[in-house]
Parts: sequence; C-alpha cells; structure tokens
Amino acid sequence: MIMAQMILAQMTLELSHFTAALLFSVFASIVFGITQRNDAREQIRYGLYCFAMFVGGVFVAGWVMWLLRR
Amino acid sequence: MANSSVSKPKTVEVRNSTTTQPMTTMSVLAPALGWLIPGAGHLIQKRWIRGLLLMFSITTMFFLGLAMQGRVYRPNGGDILDILGFVGDLGAGGLYIVTRVMDWGQGAIAHATADYGTKFIIVAGLLNFISVADAYHIAIGKKP
Repeated sequence: MIMAQMILAQMTLELSHFTAALLFSVFASIVFGITQRNDAREQIRYGLYCFAMFVGGVFVAGWVMWLLRR
Repeated sequence: MANSSVSKPKTVEVRNSTTTQPMTTMSVLAPALGWLIPGAGHLIQKRWIRGLLLMFSITTMFFLGLAMQGRVYRPNGGDILDILGFVGDLGAGGLYIVTRVMDWGQGAIAHATADYGTKFIIVAGLLNFISVADAYHIAIGKKP
C-alpha cells in the first residue's frame, strides 16, 4: 500500500490543455454513445457526433478566447 | 329559453402515468454492481462490449485524474462546490472507496493540470451514474 502511494505521488502526468480536452472528449463520448442510444449503429454514430461536438467546441472556444484577447 | 341541449359529462380516461416496473433481482443487482465496479452492471447482463467499454472509459478517466494529481473530495458540509464535488466523486463507487482507503488524491495542487485532474475524477463519477441508470434500464427491459 505504501509502495503504491509512493509510485502515485511520484507519477505526475502533465498534459497540455488540448490533450486533456481530447482525452476527456474520447471517454465522455464513449459513455454518451453507449448510454444514450439503443442500436449499436446509432451508438457509434452518436458517440462520433458527441466527439465532434466536443472537439469542435474546443476549437470554437479557443478562437473566441483569441478574439477576446486581441 | 332554457338550453335544451344537455351537455353530457365528459368522460375523461384517467390513466395511471406511473407504471410500476416489477422489481427483479437483476433490477437491484445490476445498478448496485455497476456503481461498485464501473461497467459491471452491463457485464452481469451479458452486454460484454458495452460493459468493457464503459469500464475502460470510466476507470481510465478516473486514474488519469489521479495521475494528474487531481483532488479527491471527502464528505464535507462546507462550500456547496465541495459538496457537489464529493457527490460527483462518489459516483465512481468502488474506485472512490479504494482511493480513500489508499489515501490518494490528497496532494497539494502544484500545477495547472492538477485542476483538470480534479475535473476528470468528478466527471468519471458522473459518467458512472449515467452508466448505472443505463444498466437499470436494461434490467427492467426498457432498453435492449
């Protein structure tokens, strides 16, 4: 137990903002796709749709922040 | 002149809007197991691919949050955001229990991505709540 705590304390994952948002999108889209649709084909389509919306939202938010900063 | 047309009382069909679902062992076991082990509620109902994908997604997201030095909330009665954070974390079920037992997720936030880690842990718990509800719907036959 102490060993596991030491490993976790030393292991610090520092992701970029974009990578973190991308990983978030992947996992959230998988869960949304499975839980919000019934048919397997629809689940894949909805999962991809959610992923596209997440990533699209990241880019839109990025550009909005860039415009606000100017 | 009296109105000769006597209006008949309208019969309104009253339907019971709350249809009660029969409580089966699976309708209790699947959500409970799904909460304790993410995806297990689907696996016990032989939804292998869905269960494994849910397990992989939620567990990976939770541990990524921990690896990013995210904070794990404890039961508290203070700030509303802290209470909501605890509720979100609690959704991860067994993962949350293991984390508390091992005393993980208590490090001081030293860099920006640690805050992302905290959000990853909360969202993993919230996604597991959705997964639990889905397992229940499968158990009662509302979803194939």
